[in-house]
Amino acid sequence: MTSLFLRDIKLSVRAGGGALIGVLFFMTVVAVVPFAVGPDLNLLSRIGPAILWIGALLASLLGLDRLFQAEREDGSLDLMLMQEAPLVLTVLVKCLAHWTASGLPLVIAAPLLGLFMNMSEVAIGATMLTLLVGTPAITFIGAVGAAVAVTLPRGGLLVSILVLPLAIPVLIFGVSAAYAAVEDPAPFLPPLLILIAITLFFAVIGPLAAALALRSASD
Amino acid sequence: MPISLVVEDLSAKRGEDLIFHDISFVVSAGEALVVTGPNGSGKSTLLRVLAGLLAAEYGSVRLDGISFEIGHPRELCHYLGHRNAMKRELTVAENLSFWKSFMGDSDGGSGIGLEEATEALGLGGISHLPFGYLSAGQQRRMAMAKLLVAYRPIWILDEPTAALDASADRLFAALVSRHLGAGGIVVAATHQPLGVEARELRMTGFAGVGEMV
Repeated sequence: MTSLFLRDIKLSVRAGGGALIGVLFFMTVVAVVPFAVGPDLNLLSRIGPAILWIGALLASLLGLDRLFQAEREDGSLDLMLMQEAPLVLTVLVKCLAHWTASGLPLVIAAPLLGLFMNMSEVAIGATMLTLLVGTPAITFIGAVGAAVAVTLPRGGLLVSILVLPLAIPVLIFGVSAAYAAVEDPAPFLPPLLILIAITLFFAVIGPLAAALALRSASD
Repeated sequence: MPISLVVEDLSAKRGEDLIFHDISFVVSAGEALVVTGPNGSGKSTLLRVLAGLLAAEYGSVRLDGISFEIGHPRELCHYLGHRNAMKRELTVAENLSFWKSFMGDSDGGSGIGLEEATEALGLGGISHLPFGYLSAGQQRRMAMAKLLVAYRPIWILDEPTAALDASADRLFAALVSRHLGAGGIVVAATHQPLGVEARELRMTGFAGVGEMV
């Protein structure tokens, strides 16, 4: 399973892997917001965490449809389905590798983009933390969508549409935890803990559902 | 007791229609079965059902004579389909070492090393190249090297020798007969002769019954 993890990381950084596309997209989305809303620094810092979260959410949906489709196209998926190792575990490892290659860079890029949005240090730190614990959930939910759409030739948009509604709770609790860190009366810990719970929940449900979908999608 | 692949009353559907029904055969250790028939007669479907990639409509596939617990017969099978299951972006060595460690060895045997495997297919010395740089025939041979690096007693091969030249054909025949000699089982769909002694299962297409020759 370690070899699968390493292979997927390698693939995502090689030509055409697309790990950096997500970060670039994230940067582009966040960088155009100040142009759109104007140079009102207070407004920017107020909407900063929300914009960062929306950008990260959209960016992490970008490469998800290729998670299983690339494997299916070259026949690797057939072999993965045949192994003694449980398919759920294979899916989980693929999700973790996908997140490390395309989710983690978003978290690392977040502080820089936070500066674009005139966010305070505390807000930047809180947003980074919520992105760190929240984006894996998007990958796990996305894996289900990717598995359902694996046989569709242009499933990319479909995956995003399937996944976005399910990712809304992640967005809500991620943003509210980030806001709670800077706005005084709201407590920071409860939304963060709920966010962690959502991630753990989908870490179990996501691979399970994706494995089921892959088994029944075989042709 | 040597293992045998037992297929009983197997039927499978493509869409709404049964593409074959009531196929039964037994392939014992050291035997090869060649599945022949015109295009669309259900050869690939039969192989995918054997490999556990497609659900059978009726009937069963099982292994007799194994001394350990397995979840499904597919776990003891190699499946070489039309597609090579190798990544173009990775080098041949990276591809093979991934499959070697991901698949592991089934009980009762062990895979050979990467260098040895590429040598066995006559392509030693180019395993540092990205898989995408190789020609179609070389890619096919490297995909066959997968059969050697991880041990599986049963090989399910779907038109293995398409895109191969005559010398690679002979090379592959030698690999197959060595695998059979070591007590393996080979089920192959092919239009060309496999180059080893084998029984033949002729598929006749929609709702036809395969006949053993």
